[in-house]
Amino acid sequence: MDILVCIKRVPDIAGTVTLNAAGTDIDESGLGHTMSSHEECAIELAIQTAAATGGAVTVLTLGPAEAVEQLRAAVAVGAHDGILVESADPGAFGPEGIAQILGDVVRDRAEQGQSFDLVLTGSDAADTGDFQVGIRLAYDLGYPVLTNIQTLSPGGEAGGPEASVGSNDGGAAAARIEARGIGPSGTEIFALDLPAVVAVQEGGVDPRYPSITGRMKAKRAPIVEYDAPEPGAGNPRIRLELPPEKTRSVTILGDGPDAAPALVDVLEEIGVIRP
Amino acid sequence: MILVYVETDVSGQVQLTSAEALTFARTNAEVLTQLATSTPQLPDGGPATSRHVAEAPSGSSGRDDGVEVALVGELTEDAVGQLSRLGVSTIHHLEHPDLQSYSAAAWAQAILDIAPESGTVSASGTPRGMELMAHLAVRAGERMAANVVAVDDEGLLRQVHGGTAFERLRLDGDLQVLTVAGHACSPEEVTPTTPEIFDYELEIAEADLRTALVRTEVEATDDTSGLTQARAVVGAGRGVGSETGFGEVLELADHLGGALGVSRVVTGLGWRPHSEQVGQTGSRIAPDVYIACGISGAIQHMAGVDGAKTLIAINTDEEATMVQRADYAIIGDLHEVVGAVNEEIVRRRG
Repeated sequence: MDILVCIKRVPDIAGTVTLNAAGTDIDESGLGHTMSSHEECAIELAIQTAAATGGAVTVLTLGPAEAVEQLRAAVAVGAHDGILVESADPGAFGPEGIAQILGDVVRDRAEQGQSFDLVLTGSDAADTGDFQVGIRLAYDLGYPVLTNIQTLSPGGEAGGPEASVGSNDGGAAAARIEARGIGPSGTEIFALDLPAVVAVQEGGVDPRYPSITGRMKAKRAPIVEYDAPEPGAGNPRIRLELPPEKTRSVTILGDGPDAAPALVDVLEEIGVIRP
Repeated sequence: MILVYVETDVSGQVQLTSAEALTFARTNAEVLTQLATSTPQLPDGGPATSRHVAEAPSGSSGRDDGVEVALVGELTEDAVGQLSRLGVSTIHHLEHPDLQSYSAAAWAQAILDIAPESGTVSASGTPRGMELMAHLAVRAGERMAANVVAVDDEGLLRQVHGGTAFERLRLDGDLQVLTVAGHACSPEEVTPTTPEIFDYELEIAEADLRTALVRTEVEATDDTSGLTQARAVVGAGRGVGSETGFGEVLELADHLGGALGVSRVVTGLGWRPHSEQVGQTGSRIAPDVYIACGISGAIQHMAGVDGAKTLIAINTDEEATMVQRADYAIIGDLHEVVGAVNEEIVRRRG
């Protein structure tokens, strides 16, 4: 099963956030970059699923030239190759435009002989938090889509015997997978015909760390490059705003166990101690 | 018209997050309606059957800024009572054998079928709400704004960067599709009026059922409702030290009739299940009190606890973000301090 994972380079926010001069985005100077933990899990899930079915994992991103770092990070943990759609201002496309560009790339790769049985995204990007690119991409491709999925079992048949990830069941690409995620009343199990799009939610698999050989491989990883089209009026953003500064100041109740009675006083005042 | 998709739990009660979304819609109805570009219209064809027609307070149905509900599946008497107390004028009850198993595409289409041609369609910012509104927006050819926290005549304000910043935006379409962020407002009850309930003859397309839910397995560790609805949450971070170090914090949570919430480091290390994770990629909580034990206060974690009314930090590092952002703090080892707090609670109980 050949799997495409769509990822996004995002600023790695650790401390206080400030805005750029125009107020249109956060000031990224001095910040490192990463991808969301949902996407890290999507990559891990893709690697496990491809290994169980004898396929390859390709990572795709729309972003600035520097986003190749995130593609190489994915290759370092086991993805086979990457696709960079270069745009200096990927945010200008908005979720509809991004989904369309990703769809165009999937179609173009198919014409070039590289087709994917499964396309994974994270459930939402860590920066824009739009919760919709995977779904829009599925509609663009005409594929079925699931979101909030945590694990995949290739070949799993509804109610039938399950071949879970890791138990290599012959290596043939499955036309159907079983997908699991946490729903409002328990673990939900879906059967999904391929090709399909799945938006992955953190929590089902543990992303692996890169090995030394993985890091070496990442440096030489084949990266196919595309140029993004000129963005239209794709982004409905007017500006960004920061929440008001918290004005409350901390009351230190004391040091160590001796301060326990003071804390219990506070809890009694709030009224949360069970009688 | 402002249509709100409402989620119910297994016993047919309206979910807290849906009650929040309804209150958000009711209290912002006027400005939401202003933002929608043209005059709202009743859906084509109108309702198929009217199960109950109220005393008809003038303009309760079809009013521009009336709050109407779309509910899929069983509609209990309890839910009708709850919805009426939340100021709902109209309930669109969507029931069909093909909708008994969850299928995002089919459910979203059913909601869209009864949505106005212009106006607002919203849901709470839960996984279901996000998924359904995204499907609905694509099908309607509209944009969607996720995790909206406020609205004024300039546009919508929604959470981005995990809640550390807000995006101001306008959705210049006929139909404004959005989800309301958890804890963007508290549910408010009004003087109840009997809502009108409409049932429909729905047609479900076969193609929309190809991702229908096959089955659900109920596992206690999946349930986050205890965490998101607890009045008191005891948070535990890396400072706990190991998988076996949760004794004191669990005991404290028990004394408070509350829940344990953990940082991403804790679930990443495999010490506790992901369902207990609080933060940007876990649950967002708004308890009366959050007691953060050995949690430094990474921005992704703070995004999940901003709604806490009182924030208490127990940490060895006085300079930790969590301590600086707290209302009260104790500087010290969490095992010693929480152990002493538990002893003190037991001692006072006598």
